[in-house]
Amino acid sequence: MLKEKQVLLSLRDVKTHFPIKKGIIKRVVGHVKAVDGVTINIYRGETIGLVGESGCGKTTLGKSILQLVDSSSGEMYYDFDGEMKDLTKLSNAEMNAARKKLQIVFQDPHSSLNPSFTIFGSLQEPLKKFGVKSKAEREKIIGDLLEAVNLRREYMYRYPHEFSGGQRQRIGIARALCVNPELIVCDEAVSALDVSIQAQVLNLMQKIKEERNLTYIFITHDLSVVEYISDRIAVMYLGRIVELAYSEDLYANTKHPYTRALLSAIPVADLDKKSKRIILEGDVPSPVNPPSGCPFHPRCPEAIEKCKMDVPKLVEYTTNGRTHYASCHLLECK
Amino acid sequence: MEKSVVYKRKTKLDKKMDKLRVLEESGALKNQKKVNRYLRKFKNNKLAVAGVIVFIIILILCFAAPLFTKYDPGAIDVLNRLQEPSKSHILGTDKLGRDVFTRILYGGRVSIVVGLGSALGAAAIGVSLGCYAGYKGGFLDNVIMRISELMMSFPRIILVLLLVTIVGQSLNNLLIIFICTGWASMYRMARAQMLSLREEEYVQALKAFGINDFVIAFKHMLPNALGPIAVNITLSTAMFILQETSLSYLGLGVPLDISTWGNILNAAQDLRILRECYWMWLPVGIIISLFVLSVNFIGDGLRDSTDPTQQG
Amino acid sequence: MKNDVVLSVKNLKTFFYTNQRCNKAVNGVSFDIKRGKTLCIVGESGCGKSVTATSIMRLLPKLSRIEEGEIVYHSSKGDIRLDTLKKNGKEMRQIRGSEIAMIFQDPMTSLNPVYTVGFQVIENLKNHRKMSKKAAKSEAIRLLKDMGIPLPEQRVDEYPHQYSGGMRQRAMIAMAMSCNPKVLIADEPTTALDVTIQAQIFELMDKLKKENDTAVMMITHDMGVVAEMADDVAVMYMGNVVETGSVDQVLRKPSHPYTRALLESIPVLGRGKNQVIEPIRGVTPDPFDRPEGCQFGPRCDYYCDKCKTMPDEITIDGHMVRCWNYKEVLKDA
Repeated sequence: MLKEKQVLLSLRDVKTHFPIKKGIIKRVVGHVKAVDGVTINIYRGETIGLVGESGCGKTTLGKSILQLVDSSSGEMYYDFDGEMKDLTKLSNAEMNAARKKLQIVFQDPHSSLNPSFTIFGSLQEPLKKFGVKSKAEREKIIGDLLEAVNLRREYMYRYPHEFSGGQRQRIGIARALCVNPELIVCDEAVSALDVSIQAQVLNLMQKIKEERNLTYIFITHDLSVVEYISDRIAVMYLGRIVELAYSEDLYANTKHPYTRALLSAIPVADLDKKSKRIILEGDVPSPVNPPSGCPFHPRCPEAIEKCKMDVPKLVEYTTNGRTHYASCHLLECK
Repeated sequence: MEKSVVYKRKTKLDKKMDKLRVLEESGALKNQKKVNRYLRKFKNNKLAVAGVIVFIIILILCFAAPLFTKYDPGAIDVLNRLQEPSKSHILGTDKLGRDVFTRILYGGRVSIVVGLGSALGAAAIGVSLGCYAGYKGGFLDNVIMRISELMMSFPRIILVLLLVTIVGQSLNNLLIIFICTGWASMYRMARAQMLSLREEEYVQALKAFGINDFVIAFKHMLPNALGPIAVNITLSTAMFILQETSLSYLGLGVPLDISTWGNILNAAQDLRILRECYWMWLPVGIIISLFVLSVNFIGDGLRDSTDPTQQG
Repeated sequence: MKNDVVLSVKNLKTFFYTNQRCNKAVNGVSFDIKRGKTLCIVGESGCGKSVTATSIMRLLPKLSRIEEGEIVYHSSKGDIRLDTLKKNGKEMRQIRGSEIAMIFQDPMTSLNPVYTVGFQVIENLKNHRKMSKKAAKSEAIRLLKDMGIPLPEQRVDEYPHQYSGGMRQRAMIAMAMSCNPKVLIADEPTTALDVTIQAQIFELMDKLKKENDTAVMMITHDMGVVAEMADDVAVMYMGNVVETGSVDQVLRKPSHPYTRALLESIPVLGRGKNQVIEPIRGVTPDPFDRPEGCQFGPRCDYYCDKCKTMPDEITIDGHMVRCWNYKEVLKDA
């Protein structure tokens, strides 16, 4: 596992709120609180899974980390060769350098590649930007990358529509790797693939991670996949992290009621492992008007009075000697 | 359980499918040359193909005019004015004795250039603006949108008339006026395309690399929006030719000494000519209709063939 | 036995004729749907499971047709051959919606956004049952309430965009169940929904199945859903059913190499980080360049010369498998 825990990325109370504008003068009438206070340390070399349902803010958080979406407040400190700098406050030149270290792999294999360009045409753009001047050199680098994702070099002259979903996803991974990043955000990278292809891509991603000493932030809604691939898992609900623990601890010693309900709701492909399902009432709420107090209290089967009024803090506990964070009033009472 | 065998009459579609099935099973279709799907769908559209043929015929007639007529379009021959169609003048002569057939052929050149030139010019401006503004959004986009709405809500002909009286009549001026009034709809169309392409993941990936906005908008996104834009260009050409015709008929378009289809029609303002000298306005009218129809059919064919939801 | 089977599909073949090619999307598929039981058709994309459903409902697009085979609906009035009925004829339209109903994957696009939900439910009711306007409306409210939609009297006059994803799917199920169909076909009904909402929908479908004795045919790609919901399973690959049986038989003793490989390639919740997942080697073949004989051959660990001919259906004790070497597969399990 992790030898020395070196913090690569440290998020401090990151919030991303999107204003809702109405009327001719575009008055701001409210905010979509997509990410509502996320604090977490991500260590070099780990795979941290970010799970949750729609509206929980995991994709927005991923994009905020990459500065594709501007966060509204909070700091994101990244380790630039020993120096921790805030990603939200970088100058243009520094941001350019940062772009080489942080990359993203997307979900939809059909729209992740430009249909009018060959693979070479799409992948050479970032190489050109970051100074690889000669065409021959670019061809070599792209060829190497394609081979690293188990595709043939000659494929770089083909168009995206000639490839299957799984192959396109692998090309997306190759594209993310072409600038030699340190941190890769995988935004539902395997969700759109067939189950048997998912296995191929997951195994490939593990292999690449070990070869290149990468750090992954793996965003997904599929808990079975994330259990397999992650070291630690953060469960998000309405823009906040409600539980953060090591993979085994999350399943063996679930602390938060939402995580419990989520785990029980997942259909398991094993006839011997049928557990009683906790069916949650109501719908996944919208981040426009989050409930008062604990965001989960309207649907929580164990809610008490305090849950309606105070927002629980993310408190550190220990499970099996490892850190285990959860934000729930019920745990504090015990 | 009794097996009810119902005799199904084979429709034409059924027979086509049977043929395909036999071909496929014999392996004949496997190594087919990859004919471009768009071309094939286009070729199946009979109207579109007819449009292409008529378009090309008219184009050849006009631009290779010296091959088809020996007269000079400006050659005045007052002795032979207002002659009916005859062996020497197949479409007769006009008020000044000029050969009508020659005037139509040479006039076609100007009309087509005006139409095509205006469409391309309007597209150049409209698409460039729409591409960048649609991608960036924000203040710039808002400003240009308001300007385009202003241009589109003005009654077009009146705007053109105003500009003609201010700037004066000439071929170049007409082109400029058409382009200035025509860019707005191209802008809006290009912008709409950009808005939908903006959310594609490959655009996000380019942004994650920090690539320049201009490069993203023009080099990477624009090629994917060209389909509807090309269709729009063909349809605008037809529209501009008609506009030029209307203006020249009113005497406000290209100066009367240059022959254009509209200028030829101009003669029909005279009621006597309208009644007695059909050869002066009927053939031109037919040619204009044919040309505009053919361009419209081509545009429709292009649109249907590039539309992924149409089966074929 | 006869009383139990509501719909039998025998050797169904559906071919697509788009792009001037002939695509054998479904190439010989047989299964039975039993009353009060759920049959899960599981397979990956391109295997033909959705095409099977639309063939049964006779909702195929223009450039396709049912080539061969029988679809027999065992109605209370006798057996009806659905494949011989006119596609949009009176008989088929009468069956569609009232005796065999279908719910689709994307609840956002399955409901018409310009009509209220109540209008759409009532439309289905009025089409198949003789009802006054008032009676239809109260029936619609009752249906919405049964499906677990809160405040149905208010919701019946609302538009689809005012509903959440889970509620829209419930409204769809309400529409489908409004005429108490004998068969309910569900094409990946929860793929577009969140996991906790998916659990709600499955509980609802289970309840309906038990109360109304409906035969359910559920199409899915998720083996977890199969384990939770199915009574019977049919595994499809490249247009053929490769294995059928009860969920116990197929999941505990997979006899077809594809079924086994599929089960081994998915991470299972609760097995931890150290579980081994083995991807299936190779890729699904191009439908226009199919391998000879058994379609899974090139990717199969048990391939032998005999596999150059399509294996017969071998049935033991209700467990059907299409593989010459099923004995070895069972032995290695």
